[in-house]
Amino acid sequence: MELETTINGRRVSLTFANGEFLAETLRRYGYLSVKRGCNTGSCGLCTVWLDQRPVLSCATLTARVAEHQITTIEALQEEAEAFGRYMVAQGAEQCGFCSPGFVMTVLAMKRELSNPTPEEISHYLAGNLCRCSGYKGQMRAIQEFMEVE
Amino acid sequence: MRHLQQAVAKIDGLALVKGVPAYTSDLDLNNNVLVVKLLRSPHASALIRSIDVAAARALPGVECVLTHEDVPQTAFTLAGQSYPEPSPYDRRVLDRRLRYVGDEVAIVAAVDEASATRALALIRVDYQVLTPVLDPASALDNAELVHPESVHTNFEIGCDPSRNIAAAHAVEQGDVEAELAASPVVLEQTYHTQAQAHCMMETYRATTSLDVHGRLQVMTSTQVPYHVRRHLSRILDIPRNRIKVLKPRVGGGFGGKQTASVEIFPALVTMKTGKPARLVYSRPEAFSSTTTRHAMALTVRLGADRDGSLRAIDIHCLSDTGAYGEHAPTVFWVVGQKTLPLYARARACRYHGHAVYTNKTPGGALRGYGATQGTFALESALNELADQLGMDPAELRLKNLITPGDSHPVLSGSLPGEPARLASSTLDRCITRGCELIGWEEHYPRVQLSDTRVRGYGMAVTMQGSGIARIDTASVLLKLNEDGFFTLSHSASDMGQGSDTVINQVAAEVLEVELEQIVSSSFDLDTLPYDPGAYASSGAYVTGNAALRAAEDMKAQMRAAVARLWSLADGARVDYADGIFSGEDGQTMSLAELAQTLCSFEGMDQLVGKGTFGGETSPPPFIAGFAEVEVDLETGECVVSDYVAVVDCGTVLNRNLARIQVEGGVVMGIGLGLYEEVRHNSKGRLMTDSFMEYNLPSRLDIHDIRVVFEESVEPTGPFGAKSIGEVVCNTPAPAIAQAIANAVNAVNAVNVADVGNLPRLYFRELPITPEKVLLATLGADAAD
Ligand code: FES
Ligand code: FES
Repeated sequence: MELETTINGRRVSLTFANGEFLAETLRRYGYLSVKRGCNTGSCGLCTVWLDQRPVLSCATLTARVAEHQITTIEALQEEAEAFGRYMVAQGAEQCGFCSPGFVMTVLAMKRELSNPTPEEISHYLAGNLCRCSGYKGQMRAIQEFMEVE
Repeated sequence: MRHLQQAVAKIDGLALVKGVPAYTSDLDLNNNVLVVKLLRSPHASALIRSIDVAAARALPGVECVLTHEDVPQTAFTLAGQSYPEPSPYDRRVLDRRLRYVGDEVAIVAAVDEASATRALALIRVDYQVLTPVLDPASALDNAELVHPESVHTNFEIGCDPSRNIAAAHAVEQGDVEAELAASPVVLEQTYHTQAQAHCMMETYRATTSLDVHGRLQVMTSTQVPYHVRRHLSRILDIPRNRIKVLKPRVGGGFGGKQTASVEIFPALVTMKTGKPARLVYSRPEAFSSTTTRHAMALTVRLGADRDGSLRAIDIHCLSDTGAYGEHAPTVFWVVGQKTLPLYARARACRYHGHAVYTNKTPGGALRGYGATQGTFALESALNELADQLGMDPAELRLKNLITPGDSHPVLSGSLPGEPARLASSTLDRCITRGCELIGWEEHYPRVQLSDTRVRGYGMAVTMQGSGIARIDTASVLLKLNEDGFFTLSHSASDMGQGSDTVINQVAAEVLEVELEQIVSSSFDLDTLPYDPGAYASSGAYVTGNAALRAAEDMKAQMRAAVARLWSLADGARVDYADGIFSGEDGQTMSLAELAQTLCSFEGMDQLVGKGTFGGETSPPPFIAGFAEVEVDLETGECVVSDYVAVVDCGTVLNRNLARIQVEGGVVMGIGLGLYEEVRHNSKGRLMTDSFMEYNLPSRLDIHDIRVVFEESVEPTGPFGAKSIGEVVCNTPAPAIAQAIANAVNAVNAVNVADVGNLPRLYFRELPITPEKVLLATLGADAAD
C-alpha cells in the first residue's frame, strides 16, 4: 500500500504492508529514534506525535496517517537537548532506550500543561515505562526543565 | 578531586536522550539480512517423535530451516561466566527433548518477517507429551526427570540430574546445631521469593554476518562479549580468532544479558547460509524464553541470647532453576556468601541446600544474584527475632554487625583456614543515619492515620560484593594519540549504568586532563583488552582499578619519554601536572607536544599504557534501607510512601550516576516486594508474558525515595571506591514486609509486655499483594 503524509515537516510517500503499524514503517524509513519495548501499546517507548499529540506508533496503523503531521525526535533536536541537559545532570538517562519516547511525551506535556503538579506530571507520563532509573531522577529533571522555561 | 566525587554527566547521555542511533537494531541496517524466528515448544515436557519441515523449506523466501537433526549436539551452558564455568553444561542448541513451554524446537530464516512467520506455521511436529515437574518442592527425587541424561560439569557442583538436582552446596562455620540447642531464644521460619523478570526495555537481539575476511561477525546486545565469543566458538566448533564480536549501546541488561540467550541462533544461520541474519526477541519471548530471578524457599533458623547476641544462623535454601542450570550453582552460593558475613558476631553459621530442575523458564542472573533472595529471608527473620526479643531491630543489628577488621570465612576471597578480612564499612553509621531520616524513634512501628489507613515502618540491611574475588580479571589499554588525547579501551560492557563514564573519570583523574581528552573505545572486541564483562558489580571496582593502573602506567611512560627527549641523566626528575611536564632546569613540554613528537620520526615511540586487575577480595558495599508503607486496611493496598537508603559504596565516584543506580535498584526492589511475579499455570505455561500481565512498577507506584551516602574508603578500591550496581535492590522487600506487618498488627512490638500474648502477622511470601494483606488480616480477625 502507499500513502502521502508529512514527517518532520517534509512531504513523503510511504509504501507499507497491509496492517502495518507506524513504528515499523518509521524505523524502516530510517527514523531510528523510534524504539519498541513491547509492540502492544504498553510501554510508551514508541511515542511520536501525530498532529502534535503524542501517540503510540506501535498501535497506530500506518494506513491512518495519510495527510497528517508526524513528528519524531529527529525534528526536535534542540528542544530535546534543552531538556536532555537536565536529564544528564541528574544521571536520569541510563540505558537510554526509553528516552526518545519519554522525551517526546515530556515535550508534548510542556505544550499542553502549564505549571503541572508532580501528580499531574506522573499521570501524564504514566504510560512511559523505564526499568533503569526508578523514575525519580526523571521527575527532578522535568521539574527543573518546566520551571526554567 | 578534579573529576571524582562529582556529578559528572554520562558521556553518552545527551546523545541517547536525543535519540541518536546507537543500539544493535539501529546499527545493523542491511537490506539483505535474513529474519530469524524460532519455533517453540507448546509443552512443558515433551519428546519430539518426528518433525517435518519439508513444507516450510519449500516456502518461497525461506532460506533455511534447522532442527535438532541439523545442528551440533555439543552440550554447553549459556551462562556468561569465566571459564571453567561453574554452571552445568546441560543444553544443546536444539534438542529432541523439550524442557519448558518456550524451549526451542526449530530455527527458521527467511527474507522477511512474514515469510519466516508463515514457515513456522508449516512445520509439523509430533510430540510425545510427558508429565512435567513444575513444583520445586516436589522436584527432588521425582519420578519424572528434567534431564534424564547425564550432565557435564567442569568441577564438582553437586549436580545430580537423576534426582533433579542442578547444584548442591553447604558451608558451615562453628557448630550450628550445638549453638541453637544452647540458645535461649530460637526462631525458625520459611520465606518464599518469587521469580522476577528483568524487563530491560530493549529485548534480547543479535545480528550476525560474515566480514570481509570470512570471520563470523556478531553484533549483540550483551553484558559479556568475551564470554559470548567463547561460547560460540565452542558450540560452532570454530576458533575464537574466526569470531568478531561487536557490542553497541545496550538497552538495559540487569543480568539477563549475562546469559547468551540469542546469539547462537542467527550465528548458526549465517554459518549455514553465508548470509547476514538477525534475531530480535519479542516481548513475550523475552519473558518466556530467556531467564528469570531464581524463585527460592529459604528456611532460616536463628539462635540468640536474651540480650540479642546472635549465637547461630542457619539458612537452608531450595532454589528453582527451571529447565536449565544457567547460574544455578553460583546464584545459590551467593545467597549465603552475601548474607552470613553481615552478622560476624554470631558464633556459628551454616548455609546449605540445593537448586532443583523444573520444567519452567530457566533461572539466571538478575541484579542481586541470590543476595536479594537471601537478604529477604535473613532480614525478615532478624525483624521477627527483634519482635520476639522485644528489641528495636536497629539495635539488634548494631549489636551483631561485622565491623572493619573483622574476618569471616564466608566472606569472598577467603581461603581454607584463611578467612578474608573486611577492610571498609560504615554500615553502623548507615543504620543510625537511616533511623534519623525516617524518624524511627518517633514512628516505629506504626502511625495510625485514620481508622482504615496506617503507616508501618520497617528496615533491612544488606551487603553485596565488588567483582568476583580471585577469578574475574579485567584489563584496560590507554593509547596516547598524536595530538595529546587518549583512547581508553576496555570491555566492561556498559549497559546503561555508566561504567564507560566512570572508567574515563578514573583515568582522567590520574592523568590530570579534562574528561573530553579521553575517548572511550568499547565497541569492537578485536581492539579491546580482556574483561569478563558487566556483572558481579565489577565495573567501578575491577575495571576501574585496571583503568587506574593503566593511567599510572601511562603517566610513568610519558615521564620517561620526556626524560629521554630531554636527554636527562638517569634519576633526573620530570614533574607532571595538568598536562604540562617540567624539568629541574625549568624546561617544560605540553602533553600535545610530547604526543606529536612521539608519533613522529623524531620521537618514534607510540605510547600504550596498560593495567590489569583482579581482586583478591570482593569488598562489600552496604546499605541500610528503611521503608514507610501506607496500608489501606479495607483494600489491602500498600504504597511505599517513603524509602530511605543509606549507602556505603566506598568513595562515590560519580554522584548523579550512583544516586540513580540506588533509586533504580530500590524501585526494582519495591517491584519485587509488592508487584512483580513470573507466574505459570498448572500446565507450565507462562501466564505473565506481557506488560499487561506482568506488573512492572510504573511511575504512579513510586513515591519518595531518599538516598544518602555514608562514604567509607576501601583501601583496595580505585580512589577508595566499592561497587553500587546490585546491592541497591536487596533491602526493599524485607523492609517493606516488616513495615506492612507493623501496619496491620495491633501489637506494639516494642512494648515488651505484650510480646508472646498476641498473635502477630508476618508476610513471608513475595510479592505482598493486596489480596495477601487482606487475607492475612481477615484470618487474624477470625482467630481473635
Ligand atoms: S512499543 Fe509501543 S507501547 Fe511499547
Ligand atoms: S533508561 Fe533504561 S529503560 Fe529508561
